Amino acid sequence: MNSTWSRFNITSIVLGFAFLYLPIVLLIVFSFNESKLVTVWGGFSTKWYVSLFHNQGLMDATWVTARVGVISATVATVLGTLAAITLTRYTRFRGRVLFSGMVFAPLVMPEVITGLSLLLLFVAVGLDRGFFTVTLAHITFTMCFVAVVVQSRLVSFDRSLEEAAMDLGAPPVKTFFQITLPVILPAIISGWMLAFTLSLDDLVIASFSSGPGATTLPMKIYSQVRLGVTPEINAACTILIAVVAVGVIIASIANKRREIQRQLDEQAAQRG
Amino acid sequence: MTNIAVTAAPLSAPPAALPARLAKGFVNRLVIIIPYLWLLFFFLIPFIIVFKISLSQTAISMPPYTPVLDFSDGISGFLAGFRELNFDNYTWLTQDALYFNAYVTSLIIAAISTMLTLIVGYPIAYGMARAPATIRPTLLMLVILPFWTSFLIRVYAWIGILKPEGLLNQLLMSLHIISQPLVILNTYTAIFIGIVYSYLPFMVLPLYSSLEKMDYSLVEAAEDLGCPPIGAFWKITFPLSLPGVVAGCLLVFIPAVGEFVIPDLLGGSQTLMIGKTLWNEFFSNRDWPVSSAVAVILLLVLTIPIMFFQQAQAKAQEQGR
Amino acid sequence: MKSLGSIRRDFAPWNDPNAKPYIQFDKVTKKFGDFTAVNNLSLTIFEREFFALLGASGCGKSTLLRMLAGFEEPTAGRILLDGQDLRGIPPYKRPVNMMFQSYALFPHMTVEKNIAFGLKQERMPGSDIEKRVAEMLKLVKLEQFAKRKPHQLSGGQRQRVALARSVAKRPKVLLLDEPLGALDKKLREETQFELMDLQQELGLTFVVVTHDQEEAMTMADRIAIMDKGEVMQVATPAEIYEAPTSRFVAHFVGNVNMFEGKVAEHTANATRITGATGAEIVVDNGGKAAAGSDIVFAIRPEKIKVSSKKPADAVNALEGEVYDVAYLGDMTVYHIKLDDGQIVRASALNASRVTEDPLTWNDRAWVSFRPDAGVVLTR
Repeated sequence: MNSTWSRFNITSIVLGFAFLYLPIVLLIVFSFNESKLVTVWGGFSTKWYVSLFHNQGLMDATWVTARVGVISATVATVLGTLAAITLTRYTRFRGRVLFSGMVFAPLVMPEVITGLSLLLLFVAVGLDRGFFTVTLAHITFTMCFVAVVVQSRLVSFDRSLEEAAMDLGAPPVKTFFQITLPVILPAIISGWMLAFTLSLDDLVIASFSSGPGATTLPMKIYSQVRLGVTPEINAACTILIAVVAVGVIIASIANKRREIQRQLDEQAAQRG
Repeated sequence: MTNIAVTAAPLSAPPAALPARLAKGFVNRLVIIIPYLWLLFFFLIPFIIVFKISLSQTAISMPPYTPVLDFSDGISGFLAGFRELNFDNYTWLTQDALYFNAYVTSLIIAAISTMLTLIVGYPIAYGMARAPATIRPTLLMLVILPFWTSFLIRVYAWIGILKPEGLLNQLLMSLHIISQPLVILNTYTAIFIGIVYSYLPFMVLPLYSSLEKMDYSLVEAAEDLGCPPIGAFWKITFPLSLPGVVAGCLLVFIPAVGEFVIPDLLGGSQTLMIGKTLWNEFFSNRDWPVSSAVAVILLLVLTIPIMFFQQAQAKAQEQGR
Repeated sequence: MKSLGSIRRDFAPWNDPNAKPYIQFDKVTKKFGDFTAVNNLSLTIFEREFFALLGASGCGKSTLLRMLAGFEEPTAGRILLDGQDLRGIPPYKRPVNMMFQSYALFPHMTVEKNIAFGLKQERMPGSDIEKRVAEMLKLVKLEQFAKRKPHQLSGGQRQRVALARSVAKRPKVLLLDEPLGALDKKLREETQFELMDLQQELGLTFVVVTHDQEEAMTMADRIAIMDKGEVMQVATPAEIYEAPTSRFVAHFVGNVNMFEGKVAEHTANATRITGATGAEIVVDNGGKAAAGSDIVFAIRPEKIKVSSKKPADAVNALEGEVYDVAYLGDMTVYHIKLDDGQIVRASALNASRVTEDPLTWNDRAWVSFRPDAGVVLTR
């Protein structure tokens, strides 16, 4: 590879990442702005964080969002894992085409359509809109993302591990819980995390499927953003970003360390 | 050799291979049935309801539409209902230029922003795929990280940058590049920026994975055979990355057509996109039948790209095997 | 007493009409959709036998092994183990264990736990499990690696863990799917002998699948050569090599020269063969082919002698010129182009450092062989 190309590569990566990160960095910086004007720097202050914690509406919304996120991500992980197993393991059953269609379509389906259709379902069956319906809606659209994450792990799963377990006397269900599940667990965990953040993030579907008393954080932020940009929202966003970023970074560092340890172990094993 | 009386194997039902045989088991049925039923009930049936309601009339009640094709009237009532079906909502959509314009604008905006995302995303993905193997996982994580942070927040961040007294105008004016603030917020330009920014990871990831898989010695072979680097790129690298290009474009284009948050927050009231129209019909005008009809047509418009997307997914799945 | 090959075998239940078969494949057919992987195959394996299934990839050997393990059910026919029909018995209830080609070690379990896995499934008491695991670790010389995870082991160590895990349950039969395929050449050779010793020590029946003929020849009591879902020949390594019954087997194992021809006549203790181009060969074991029928005479390169002059006492001698010659150290390989155009491969062991009768390209040369040096093949 000649040097002009690699200089081009470095430039495009740097510019690309600047584009990706600069808005977020600015948002975080201005959450510490003393001035009420978001875009004029008036000195460092954490007062917006303090006022954030006294904003009962935001705090309530945060609590709703956290509960919806945990419950829906957990159920979606179970359902998504089952769907992934179905997709990879049962290559022939009636309605498989429809099934894979229903798993993949929600990944790209415009949220307004999903939201509207779920709302009309809830109305049709007479479910009162609220916490429960938001959770159901989030399970439905996040389970498909879980299914894709777990499926990609299952595709590369060495089936002979399961055969070996059965060969050694473990019946299929036991094999699944003792061998398959532990091996694909990292993918299931990242599926859960993805489902959780998608739920945390969702405005459109939640707006359709939620009702009084179940306002989620994005809905709250959205209604305030429409009224104008304030440093308080910047502070709320910063906390949300920090929570997710810390989670993801810790997870990936832990992953990386495991990977490095593994490589060292393997090298040691080759030597000795 | 001992004599063995061979019993003829039952030809009518040859024993199936192990997975299929196990699929007959109760547990295995549950594995299929639970997610299947869930998706049927919460994904497929809602669409049927949307279609049904799009054929009903607006009413001032709760829910705000007249019932159609209601099974509570029995079969005869159900059949009689067919005569009462009305396509007024669809006629309405075709007569009012607003809707037609909204569809066309949405498609055009989605197409242009997809192209822009590809142009911005390709060099990034290419640079990442050619980066030293040791830093590639870190770069990959850096691309994925914004995806984990809230979509709404990322769009919101641009308001502060793009508005007339925002950071971009402050910067350009302090550098004396412009004397008057640029009006970007509440224009289509802002929507383009928002879509490119928000959907960039969806473009970069599939591009990166197809570029990273590519054997670089192919390019070296092309150059060895006398092809200049630019030619080698267009004749070798780009064609081989086409699956990634297709996947990335579909991942951006389809959701962008129905995008609501970006046109609403960055596009202001002057811009027109179908997702926003649907939202307004529903929440502001409380016209459920018309918004259902809008959704049905949007879905029809997107059917072909969605089918392409599923085909690409299925193919990727086959290759992963 | 004369015998084929250089080993005298005392263990030969297949020659004993009263021996009880241990594993029987009885007219077994396995189809995957339209593809027939195993076609109406019958095979008998005896207790304590080291049996090898040898063939190219896709010949059905792995399918055969997987049917024995229970991962596939035959489309037709039966498989019996120690008199019991295995149909319908799931893999986790069969007294058969398998060592997988990929080893299939459970990555989240230590070596110890991997070995104990099968024992736990049959609810063996904890203290017995400990004892058995220790015994197995000693057997494969991995005592100090008990607490390691599979990824902390070298390839050879992993292979031994897989072996220990699969014999820990004392199965009636141990199935080995390409057991040495993932090892490098040197380790492979050592391990072959270890496997043979282990089989002797445990007194188990081994069925090994391999595509490596040397591996099969080294380890197995008997070899089944497979092609397109059928068994071409079942015999001891020596018989397979020295007395192949078909062109396929002769070609598949080792190098061979083939002479097309017709049986001219049978005399009291010899058969005269006329080659397609007129040359005559006399052999003493071509009795089965009828006079006048088309046959192939197959002879291994090392059974052919090359010399610059016609040997005085040779029964079969054909003239040609040296087409190619390669010195390999332990032996020299000649390609002699006979006057009728056929190229004959001959190899000579370099038993001494100095050669009396060196040859080079384009020299006139004679190839000669004894009447019992080759076999007559009718198919």
